[in-house]
Amino acid sequence: MNALAPLPPAWLREGAAAFLSRYEGLRERLPGDVAVRAAGAAAFRGRGLPGMREEAWHYTSLRALAETRFAEPLTPVADCATLMARLPALDAPRLVFVDGRFRDDLSLVPTLAAVRVGGPGYGTLAQPGREQMVALNTMLAEDGATIEVAEGADAGTLLLVSLGTGGPPDRPVAFHPRHALRLGTGARLVLFEVALGAGGYLHNAVLEVSVGADAALTHLRLQDESSAAFHVSTLYAEIAARGTYDSFALALGARLARMEVHARLAGKGAAAHLNAAQLLGGAQHGDFTTVVTHDAPHCASRQTVKNVLAGRSRGVFQGRIEVARDAQKTDGYQMNQALLLSAEAEIDSKPQLEIYADDVKCSHGATVGELDPEQMFYLRSRGIPAPEARAMLVRAFLAAAFEPITHAAGRAALEAAAAGWWERQAS
Amino acid sequence: MLEIRGLTAAVDGKPILHGIDLAVPTGEVHAIMGPNGSGKSTLSYVLAGRDGYEVTGGSATFDGEDLLAMAPEARAAAGLFLAFQYPVELPGVGNANFLRTALNALRRARGEAELDAVQFLKLARVEAKRLSMPDDMLKRNVNVGFSGGEKKRNEVLQMAILRPRLAILDETDSGLDIDALRIVADGVNALRSPQSSALVITHYQRLLDHIVPDRVHVLAGGRIVRSGGPELARVLEEGGYASVVADAA
Repeated sequence: MNALAPLPPAWLREGAAAFLSRYEGLRERLPGDVAVRAAGAAAFRGRGLPGMREEAWHYTSLRALAETRFAEPLTPVADCATLMARLPALDAPRLVFVDGRFRDDLSLVPTLAAVRVGGPGYGTLAQPGREQMVALNTMLAEDGATIEVAEGADAGTLLLVSLGTGGPPDRPVAFHPRHALRLGTGARLVLFEVALGAGGYLHNAVLEVSVGADAALTHLRLQDESSAAFHVSTLYAEIAARGTYDSFALALGARLARMEVHARLAGKGAAAHLNAAQLLGGAQHGDFTTVVTHDAPHCASRQTVKNVLAGRSRGVFQGRIEVARDAQKTDGYQMNQALLLSAEAEIDSKPQLEIYADDVKCSHGATVGELDPEQMFYLRSRGIPAPEARAMLVRAFLAAAFEPITHAAGRAALEAAAAGWWERQAS
Repeated sequence: MLEIRGLTAAVDGKPILHGIDLAVPTGEVHAIMGPNGSGKSTLSYVLAGRDGYEVTGGSATFDGEDLLAMAPEARAAAGLFLAFQYPVELPGVGNANFLRTALNALRRARGEAELDAVQFLKLARVEAKRLSMPDDMLKRNVNVGFSGGEKKRNEVLQMAILRPRLAILDETDSGLDIDALRIVADGVNALRSPQSSALVITHYQRLLDHIVPDRVHVLAGGRIVRSGGPELARVLEEGGYASVVADAA
């Protein structure tokens, strides 16, 4: 409308400038592909941090993040035993990153998958020119894992862990881990990604996932960051013919969290499940944003996203499904449901369908509600005290989201984390 | 056991109960009959403590305690149970889990040890069988996809497991065929004891052929207009409500 686009606000520009000056100071010392990093830096210099004028960030303000001056993580960091004790008890190898840096001493390197660490795991799927936070990650990434599962191999379960230590209260740190995961034809893996922490920090992660033909990735994600932390993660997944990307994300932590997923169904008969639950309380802000691109025929995508919002929290769900002209017989389904536990909580839900093929089945829906007073009364009339009755109904609301998780131990760990969140709210 | 004196109540500001006086002694079964709109369900909800039912006057005591001051769960812990006219569906809540949580909440309130899943299932299966309920009704979500008769049977199952001292049955007979009615009535009769009481609210006399009450009260226009022995139910059956209500007016 305006001939001259207005300048971004000063705090946004200053926040971006601080990250750029960090890059200028570090660039000689950062490992990995110089050209990829330089392209990321150029993109970030051009566009800066995303503001709310941009459609993709319309409901999520990064003002608090932009106004925080982050320091470099300390080396070596303090003892991580307390955080390590909070990891889900899974009998599986694990790759542990502390403040974005790989920690050999805390890790159990897998034998069924090839892993490379010691520098950013740049892949080919990320779009730093389009996603500013990915440009920032590309510019400042120090470390990450490149994980490969060979053709036909079943690599079992692998934990990918991020611990944020935050440093002293007046010295929040920022880290930008960069991971890549490739599953060869017919390969299988269960990746359980966990992000935990204490204190103030920015965890800005990028993961690029390539699922080969007939391969199957189960991706379970637990975001339980420190209540003073910023969590931004961007995931790119490309799924080849008859491959499956089956994900479930549980977001509980951080003062501000944005989980963004770009999934492209690239080969005939591929499938993507982007299920999620966001449980927010206090003044938390949680944003789950997905873009599913159907680029091949006979592909299916499923999304069930549940939000439980207490206190003054705000939940955001943006879900776009794009169906290319050739993607006939697409089957797309998206459902976003919110349970508001307080009058001050808020949900913003934005579904978007862009369909260019003519023989497709796509549906979406959204519901917002409160706890049903009739159900509450029924439970209480049977002797169940109100707090326990509320917990039962919240659990029941979430049950449908957890139900599709086939990995029993992973599901139990996620359910336990959700129960822990509820206990924190009730106390 | 239950003493109601001059109870008045309103819903959405509209007076429904205009001064109920009723006493149900320990060990007795009383029936409340009345035409539609007489305030039968309002009375049951007021006694169970549902929000939105405003008590404007009078009192109700349970074993001498002020019932109306208690939270719904405290009333249940004291031994009161309402079998709902329209049982509520709870998607995502398994029936067995619901029943066990309720039973353990009551046991906790009474200072008794909680039952573990195995102990509970053993008990629940016995009671379900007594009510001719298939085992899978314990596995299903509470009342979800249940037929009208199954829902009513599920209410009686809850009652059998929770063992209330005062059961209020709100039109538990509505929507039941004659076989289901007999099963439900047998379930209620099995719980009769010198220590427990029941208040059976019904529109029709037929339930009272199976659950024979000690006293029958006729509720009309928010008041008890007549009380009598079990024979009063037959008078109503023959003459209709009009005769009784007109007499009282």
